[in-house]
Amino acid sequence: MRLGFATLLSVTLALAACQREERDTRPQSSLGSGGQPTPVTTLEPGGQRPSPSNNKAASFEANAFHLSEGKRLFGWFNCSGCHANGGGGMGPALMDQKWIYGSSMESIHATIRDGRPNGMPSFRNKIPDDQIWELAAFVRSLSGNAPSSAAPQRNDDMMPHPSENRMPDAATLGKSP
Amino acid sequence: MAFAAASVLSLQGCAGWQSALDPKGPAANELAWLIWFFIGLCSVVWVLVMIALAAPLLMRPPRRTEPLMLDASADHRKLRVVVIAVGLTAATLVGLTLLSFFANRTLAAIGSNAALTIRVTGHQWWWEVRYEDATPSRILTTANEIHIPAGEPVRLLLTSTDVIHSFWIPSLAGKLDLIPGHMNVLDIKADKPGTYRGQCAEFCGAQHANMGTFIIAEPRAKFDAWWNDQLQPAAAPTGDEAKAGADLFLKRPCVMCHKIGGTPAGGTVAPDLTHIASRQTLAAGTLTMSRGNLAAWIADPQGIKPGSHMPVVELNGDELNAIVAYLEGLK
Ligand code: HEC
Ligand code: HEC
Ligand SMILES: [Cu+2]
Repeated sequence: MRLGFATLLSVTLALAACQREERDTRPQSSLGSGGQPTPVTTLEPGGQRPSPSNNKAASFEANAFHLSEGKRLFGWFNCSGCHANGGGGMGPALMDQKWIYGSSMESIHATIRDGRPNGMPSFRNKIPDDQIWELAAFVRSLSGNAPSSAAPQRNDDMMPHPSENRMPDAATLGKSP
Repeated sequence: MAFAAASVLSLQGCAGWQSALDPKGPAANELAWLIWFFIGLCSVVWVLVMIALAAPLLMRPPRRTEPLMLDASADHRKLRVVVIAVGLTAATLVGLTLLSFFANRTLAAIGSNAALTIRVTGHQWWWEVRYEDATPSRILTTANEIHIPAGEPVRLLLTSTDVIHSFWIPSLAGKLDLIPGHMNVLDIKADKPGTYRGQCAEFCGAQHANMGTFIIAEPRAKFDAWWNDQLQPAAAPTGDEAKAGADLFLKRPCVMCHKIGGTPAGGTVAPDLTHIASRQTLAAGTLTMSRGNLAAWIADPQGIKPGSHMPVVELNGDELNAIVAYLEGLK
């Protein structure tokens, strides 16, 4: 009886873990990016835009599939050309605790979609919206802002920094809050 | 009897454009011959062993007056039988090893004077195909469909950029892995013109099953003409719809991943679309090439090949039609 209960419990718990990998690869709305809040201005120094209740931010952030897709796209769309592997180059470092435009999923999404004045190009219409969310989730994982159970693991090639799931949380400088 | 008939009938299903039992080139011939010889010889050995096992079971043991008495001459006979059996077994194994060794030498010799080198790179879940040439302007990149001159040996350099895949054209050659960071060499030759299907043979992720490829063997002249055609930049769009499509292709995400020669689209992470309409299939053998299938693929790649690395790009009906009209003209 007790054994049966334990088995049932562990199976239920194991199934819950599948959430981490849930792969939805088709955008939910076919209404186009018009469903997204339009930015009022491109100038938002340091500010976080009032968070529009976008469920993508929450559902992509802790999802291992979307994070690793974001990692692949970061290379495919040549973000590394300007940000290196997160350490920064012509563009700012993305693996430190400094955020010019805020660390929330929404601000990073806005940065990638609309660009930023000091040289970050706009990828509006060039990257489908879901893929922008994947990139945003991955950018956050670069500074340890993603659950280590979901963040990408080691690279197949040489790694410039610890794998994303072992990155110390930059905001707390490695001390857990 | 019925079983034998059924097996022979089911072997009929092994003919066709993708079958190791229906060889269409020297390498596949060698392998097919070898496997049939192995199967034949092993069957004979199996039958002999079964007979040797059954005989003592069925035979009546000799009556002995004194059970514990030793019979030296009988023991001697038995020892001889065992020694002969061991000797025969060893000879058979050495013989088979030698046969497979010489078959391997034949395979290795096929491409020793290959004039054409093609680099095949595995991607999740399609094949990048690059024709090498000493003249840089004649280097050609295409995808999923490999044209070769019939009757000539061709050297394939196999590698991968993500995970391990395996290149297998059963009618022409054995399978060989594509390994990231490593180059494998496979030599193939098709005796006659024809289309031979291949398939990724190493599990590589969600769409492994939809990672097909085609070898199209043609007479030399036709092959050269094909190569020259493929080197041309993409055909300019004709008609308003196609022109709008060309414009949209550059303004939408397509341009981030795909290359169309002669236009600013220069992405290298997805199949080259410069002559997409000249290919027979779409998405690594998943769909046959047609206007309808092109539209279906672009509208919903994740429905057709879930998990594929081509995302759904939101387009309205007119935009979709325009892009399809453009791509359809890229012969
Ligand atoms: C042409 C070079 C270039 C490319 C390509 C580029 N960036 Fe940037 N990025 C910049 C620059 C420069 C800034 C700083 C902008 C500013 O300060 O206004 C920046 C800023 C950012 C920021 C904000 C950082 C902060 O501290 O708030 C993020 C996030 C970002 N980029 C992500 C990306 C991603 C993801 C990609 C790939 C899709 C990408 N970038 C491609 C140059 C680039
Ligand atoms: C994020 C990168 C990416 C974007 C953006 C993208 N594709 Fe693709 N595309 C791919 C990949 C990867 C494949 C190969 C898929 C496979 O076979 O598994 C592909 C395959 C194709 C094919 C079939 C090619 C072949 O040889 O069979 C066509 C046609 C195509 N894409 C058209 C488009 C069009 C049109 C757009 C824009 C609306 C577009 N793609 C946007 C990555 C992309
Ligand atoms: Cu595979």
